[in-house]
Amino acid sequence: MFIPMAVAIAEKRVGKLGERVYSGRVPQLLERGFIAFKSSTYMIVISGFVEPVLYLLSFGYGIGKLLPTITVGSETIKYAAFIAPALLATSAMNGAIYDSTMNVFFKLNHDRIYHGMLATSMGPLDVALGEIGWALLRGFSYACAFMAVIAPLGLVESVWGLLAIPAAVLIAFGFASCGMAVTSYMKSFQQLEIINMFLLPMFLFSGSFYPITVFPQWLQFTVNLMPLTHAINLVRGLCLGHINMALLSHALYFVVMIIIGLIFTTKRLNALFMK
Amino acid sequence: MSNPLISARGLTKKFGDFTAVNGIDFDVYKGESFGFLGPNGAGKSTAMRIIGATSQRTSGTISILGKDPELHGPQIRAHLGVVPQQDNLDMQLSVAENLYIYGRYFGLSRKFVKGKVNELLAFAQLEEKRDAKVETLSGGMKRRLTIARALVSEPEILMLDEPTTGLDPQARHILWDRLFRLKEQGVTLLITTHFMDEAEQLCDRLIVMDKGSIMAEGSPASLIKNYATKEVLELRFGSDRNQEMGAKLRTMCERIEELPDRVLMYTEDGEALLEKIYSADLHPKTSLVRRSSLEDVFLRLTGRTLIE
Repeated sequence: MFIPMAVAIAEKRVGKLGERVYSGRVPQLLERGFIAFKSSTYMIVISGFVEPVLYLLSFGYGIGKLLPTITVGSETIKYAAFIAPALLATSAMNGAIYDSTMNVFFKLNHDRIYHGMLATSMGPLDVALGEIGWALLRGFSYACAFMAVIAPLGLVESVWGLLAIPAAVLIAFGFASCGMAVTSYMKSFQQLEIINMFLLPMFLFSGSFYPITVFPQWLQFTVNLMPLTHAINLVRGLCLGHINMALLSHALYFVVMIIIGLIFTTKRLNALFMK
Repeated sequence: MSNPLISARGLTKKFGDFTAVNGIDFDVYKGESFGFLGPNGAGKSTAMRIIGATSQRTSGTISILGKDPELHGPQIRAHLGVVPQQDNLDMQLSVAENLYIYGRYFGLSRKFVKGKVNELLAFAQLEEKRDAKVETLSGGMKRRLTIARALVSEPEILMLDEPTTGLDPQARHILWDRLFRLKEQGVTLLITTHFMDEAEQLCDRLIVMDKGSIMAEGSPASLIKNYATKEVLELRFGSDRNQEMGAKLRTMCERIEELPDRVLMYTEDGEALLEKIYSADLHPKTSLVRRSSLEDVFLRLTGRTLIE
């Protein structure tokens, strides 16, 4: 009997873990990302990179003139070297968030692209991982580009700073998986603004520009719950070479975020498309 | 007959208190063109989504190529080509890229898909639009692209949900022609439609659905034979007089339907009936004798017209 190739491919996965929701098609989804990217507007990509550079210039060299050094623990460092790791973490976050919220919302509700994808032999977990994977790539490339700016400027104090790149990927992964999960519940463009209303204060208060120890206790406590605080502490610890167990706990925070985000995204995509 | 490709028994789908599909039974055999005919909201699309393994039934059984779609979603979808009611082409990609990436979603190799893209562009008569963005295409072209896309995995079953809704007559005929070709190649077609002419043109066998239930099943010809007469005489007396005249005409034919705008008289010989009406000194403003269609079958079964 003639068996179509698509069927033979799908049958290979029978009996494997998660066969109902996952078909191993993440590379194909990334391929779609690259094809779409080739003809997309580069402005959005560039702005995601330029933004942290502008912050670095204006704050690092503006405030840095008034406040040449800052004391972290027992060490005194340049002000620009204090904020650079925070901006790196933030740019990884921004890259991941852009793809997993705005772009996902459009594909979900406007172009209905996921409906088409899920009519194939892919499953919702393929779509979730593929989209998050793409967001992660963007976070990774922003981090690399920003690193290429700050390292030559002498703003990375330690060789441990190299690990800031994989850390940025972890951070992007966490934000992307949660961003996609949250977006899958959004009904309108206006609701997407809620995400921004959360992101901006988080960026301003998470110790990007000064240590959070200046805050009263209750605010420090709140800020310490925020993901970006952990992202910044992780990247800053690596860039300054302050290696300790705390870094591991920051990383763990993101592992948990990734898992929770993935579970909710897959559940939600299942509910949306398999109802 | 051999085993059916698709077999449903007591298939039911509820959304909260609303029953979209209410215990339907049907079998679809290899190579046939099977239709779901009914007005909007009859439960056709819901039934299609359950077959397409993108919706889970509330109760009943369904097997597609011997498998339960709830347990083997990806494997079943690998057999299917799906043309949804609402186009969901990838607007960020070109025509050819849409076909290419869709093949890749099935896990097919780049080489295979590239060959397939050229073949499908020719099939959909979109070779000149190869590198065009999807948004620049006309409605008919988008529909053809969506059908071509559904064929990229060489499916045995092609499912089309309202394939020609919103298309102009010429675009519809081009599309029908493409679907005939597929049928000739042995592809099993599943079609939902609320156009009776489409059902008559494309379907070997169909079920007539209303409010989630099956009202009748058979070939278009047998349905017409069983539920309507050979011919229909359509008379218009003016909207205020149709009902009044209907009462007078009732005894003159097998069955009569009084619609707001016209009176339908079911008979074996329309011309003869019309002569009788004139000789009875009843003078309709317009008259038309036509063959019975699936529209008349639906009217008989539900007391309503298909498109309201």
